[in-house]
Amino acid sequence: MASILTNLFDGVAYGMLLFVLACGLAVTLGLMNFVNLAHGAFAMAGGYICAVLVNNSGWPFFAALPLAFVGSALIGIALERTLYRHLYSRSHLDQVLFSIGLVFMSVAAVDYIMGSSRVFIKLPAALEGQIDLFGVGIGRYRLMIVVICGLLTLGLQLILAKTRFGSRLRAAVDDPRAAIGLGINVPQVFAFTFAFGCGLAGLGGALSAEILGLDPYFPLKFMIYFLIVVTVGGSSSITGPFLASLLLGIADVAGKYYVPKVGPFVIYTVMIVILLWRPNGLFGRTAAR
Amino acid sequence: MTALSDVSTHAMASARWRIGEVAFWILALACAFLFPSRYLIMTDIVRLGLFALSLDLILGYAGIVSLGHAAFFGVGAYAAGLLALHGIINEPVIALVAAGLVAAALGFVTSFLVIRGVDLTRLMVTLGIALLLEALAERFSDITGGTDGLQGIEMQPILGLFAFDMFGKTGFFYSLIVLFILFLLARRVVHSPFGLSLRAIRNNPLRAAAIGVPVNRRLIAVYTLAAFYAGIAGALFTQTTALASLDVFAFERSADLMLVLVIGGTGYLYGGLIGAVVFKMLQELFQSITPQYWLFWIGLVLVVIVMVGRARIHRWVLFVPNLIIRQFAGRKAVVAVPESEAS
Amino acid sequence: MTIALETRNLEKSFGGLRVTRDLSLKVMQGARHALIGPNGAGKTTVINQLTGVLTPNSGGILLEGHDITGLSVHRRVLRGLSRTFQINQLYADLTPLETIGLAVSERMGRGGDWWRRMGTRSDINAEIAEILSRFHLLDVMTELTSTLPYGKQRLLEIAVAIAAKPRVLLLDEPAAGVPESERHDILAAVAALPREVTVLLIEHDMDLVFSFADRISVLVNGGLLTEGAPDEVARDPQVRAVYLGEAADA
Repeated sequence: MASILTNLFDGVAYGMLLFVLACGLAVTLGLMNFVNLAHGAFAMAGGYICAVLVNNSGWPFFAALPLAFVGSALIGIALERTLYRHLYSRSHLDQVLFSIGLVFMSVAAVDYIMGSSRVFIKLPAALEGQIDLFGVGIGRYRLMIVVICGLLTLGLQLILAKTRFGSRLRAAVDDPRAAIGLGINVPQVFAFTFAFGCGLAGLGGALSAEILGLDPYFPLKFMIYFLIVVTVGGSSSITGPFLASLLLGIADVAGKYYVPKVGPFVIYTVMIVILLWRPNGLFGRTAAR
Repeated sequence: MTALSDVSTHAMASARWRIGEVAFWILALACAFLFPSRYLIMTDIVRLGLFALSLDLILGYAGIVSLGHAAFFGVGAYAAGLLALHGIINEPVIALVAAGLVAAALGFVTSFLVIRGVDLTRLMVTLGIALLLEALAERFSDITGGTDGLQGIEMQPILGLFAFDMFGKTGFFYSLIVLFILFLLARRVVHSPFGLSLRAIRNNPLRAAAIGVPVNRRLIAVYTLAAFYAGIAGALFTQTTALASLDVFAFERSADLMLVLVIGGTGYLYGGLIGAVVFKMLQELFQSITPQYWLFWIGLVLVVIVMVGRARIHRWVLFVPNLIIRQFAGRKAVVAVPESEAS
Repeated sequence: MTIALETRNLEKSFGGLRVTRDLSLKVMQGARHALIGPNGAGKTTVINQLTGVLTPNSGGILLEGHDITGLSVHRRVLRGLSRTFQINQLYADLTPLETIGLAVSERMGRGGDWWRRMGTRSDINAEIAEILSRFHLLDVMTELTSTLPYGKQRLLEIAVAIAAKPRVLLLDEPAAGVPESERHDILAAVAALPREVTVLLIEHDMDLVFSFADRISVLVNGGLLTEGAPDEVARDPQVRAVYLGEAADA
C-alpha cells in the first residue's frame, strides 16, 4: 500500500514537472497556433544555465532557479522578435521544419560547448533523501517540485482569471482579430506570453535535471512528452494540459514500475488511444482553425 | 470535334515522358560507370531517394504531414534483416518484397489513425508510432539485437546469380533497378485518376468529397503504398549494408527526409530524387567541416530555408532546376503546402 | 409530381444558438426552387446539412424518397445530390481540365483507377469536352485555377457540380461576387440547366430569383416564414417587411 502511494506521489511530481515544462507550449499553440517543436530547447537552456551557476559559480540552488527562468525568457524574447514573429501565418509544415532546425542547432551547439555527457546539478542537502509522512516515503526533491509547481499553477490560474493581462490573453486566444478590434495589443501579448512560456520551460528544465536527466539531447528526447501533453490536454485552457500532464506522469511512473517490460509504450499507446477517441484532445475545442 | 481532340491532347500531355526525365535516368545509370569507386555513397543516395519518394507520395500528393515515416523504413529494415539472419527467405528479391509488405501492413493499420484529426494530431500520431516502434525494438532486444542491432547478416546472391560484393557494385545496381521499377509504378499511379484525386484531396478535401471522392479510402490506399515504398527502402538498406540497428527508427531520419523534400520540392516525384543528391552532397560537405556537429549545419539550413521562404528559395536558387522541372512534369513544382495556409 | 428533396423537422443548434428551426421543406422533381432570406437566416447551414457537411441535431433528410440523413458527403453525391459553394471551393493547383476530368471520372466510377493514365478514355474525354465548352472554359482549360478570373472560377464551380450529373443540384449564391461583365455567362449557365435536374437555389440577387424560380421559400432565423409562387411571395407583406423591404431600398 505504501509503495502505491509513493508511486502515486512520484507520478504526481513527474506530472507537475511535465506541466510546468509543457504549459508554455500549450499556450503558444493555443494562442498563436504555432507548432513549436523547439520548446524543449528552452527547457534545456534553463537547465544548463542553472547547472553552470550552481556547479561552476557556486550559486545556491534556489537562487539559480529564478535565473534559469529569466535566462530562458530572455532567449525566448530574442528569438520571438527576430525569428518566430515572421512565421505565425505560415503553414504548420513550415513551423515544424523551422523548429526542428532550431532543435538541431541547439542540440549540436550545446553538445559542442558543454560536452555530451549528462549534467548533474549539485543539490542543497535539505533536498536529498526522503521524509516519512504517515509511513509513506516521500522524496524531498519531489516534494519540492510538487510545492513549487503547484504554486506556479495556482499563480497562473490567478493571473489568467483575475488580472487584466489574463483577460487580454484569454481574449486573444479566443479570437485574435476581435481582440485587436478591442484595442488589445495582440503582438505584445504574444511576445510576452511566449517569453513567459519559455521562462517556465527553463525553470522546468532546471528542476528536471535531477529527475529526467539533462544532456544535449534533452529537447529531442522529451519533445514527444510535451507534445503529448499539449495534444491530449488541448490548448484552449491550462486545466486541460494540467490534467493531461498528471495523467501522463502517473501513467508513466506506474508503467515503469508495474510493467517494466513495456514501460515506455504505456504512454505512447495511451496517447494513440486518446487521439483515436478524441482527435482534438481530451479537452480541446473542435478545431476551427 | 476540335474540342475533343484538344481535351485528349492536353489530358495526356502530363503523362508523356519528357526529354529531361529520360536524360535524368540515363545520367543516373551513367554514374555507375563514371564513379566506379563511389558505389557505397551512390547506393545511399538511391536509397534515400526512394525513401523520399515514398514520403512525397503522401506529403506532396495527398498533403499528409508525417514526422514518423522512419517507422516504415525501420520495419522494412528489420524485416529484411530477420528474414536473412534466420534463413527464412534467402533470396533477396523475394525478401525485399516481403519486407515491403510487412511495412505496408503496418501502414494500412496505422492509416486509420492518421486520417483523423487535424495537422497537429497527425504529426503527433505519426511521431508517436515511430517512437513506439523504436521503443519496442529496444525492448525486445533478444529479437532485434537492441542497441547493437542485428549481427551477422549474410546476404545470398540476388536471383541466385549476382553476389553482393565488397565494393558495393551489386548493391548499387540492385538498388537502382528497384528504384526505377518502383518509380515507374509511382509515375503510373500519379498520372491516373487515382493520383489526380489525391491532388484534389490535398488542395481541397471538402470539394473532393463534394464531387464524390471517397476521401478516406484514397488516403488509406496511398498511405499504405507509401509505407510499402518506405519499407522497401529500409530493406534495401539492410540488404546492401548487412546492418539493422535502432538507428533506422531515429527521428533524425524522418527529419532528414523532410529536408530532402524541402530542397528538392514536392509534388512532381523527382523532388525526392534530386533532393537526395543535393542533401548527400551537403552532408558530405558539412561532415568535412565539422565531423561531429554537422547536425548544426543541417539545422541552420532548415531555419534559413524556412525563414527565407521555400517558395522564394525555389524561385531564386533553383531557377535553372525549375526550368528542368518544367521539362520533367510540364508544370512548376508545387511546394508541399500552400505558403499562406495557417491551419 | 414526385418530391425530389425533402427535409422533415430539421433542427440544428450550435451551442445555445438555434440555427435551423423545425424546417420542413419540400422540393419537387424538376423544380426551380429558390431559398431566400436575410443574411444570417441560416441558408447555407441548411445546404450544409442537406449535403452532409453538417449533421442535424434531429430531423430527417430524404432524397427521392430515400432517407439520406446518415450518409456521408461523398455517398450523397453518388446518389445524385450535388452542390456549389458560396465561396468557391476549387483546387488551386489543378487546371479546369483536371478538375472536370476528375469529377467525370469519379462519376463514372473510374476515380479509383490507379493504373490507367488520365486522358486515355475517349468517353471521359468527350464528356469533359462537352462540359468545358458549355461553360466557356475551353480557352482556359490548361491554366491553373488560381490564375483564373473570378467569373471563370465561378463558372468552373458550377461546371464541377454539373459534371457529377446530379439529379438534384444545390446552388449556393452562384452569382455572388461576380463582376457585372461576367454575370451574363453565369446566369445563362444556370438558365440552361437541363429540365430534368431539380434545382434548389440560394440567392440574394432578386432579378435572378424572379427570372429563374418557379417556387420560393423564405427562411428567417432558421425557420420557414412562408413559401409559394414568386408573385405570391413578392406580394406577401410579412416578406416585404422582413426581407424584400431591405432589397427595395438597396
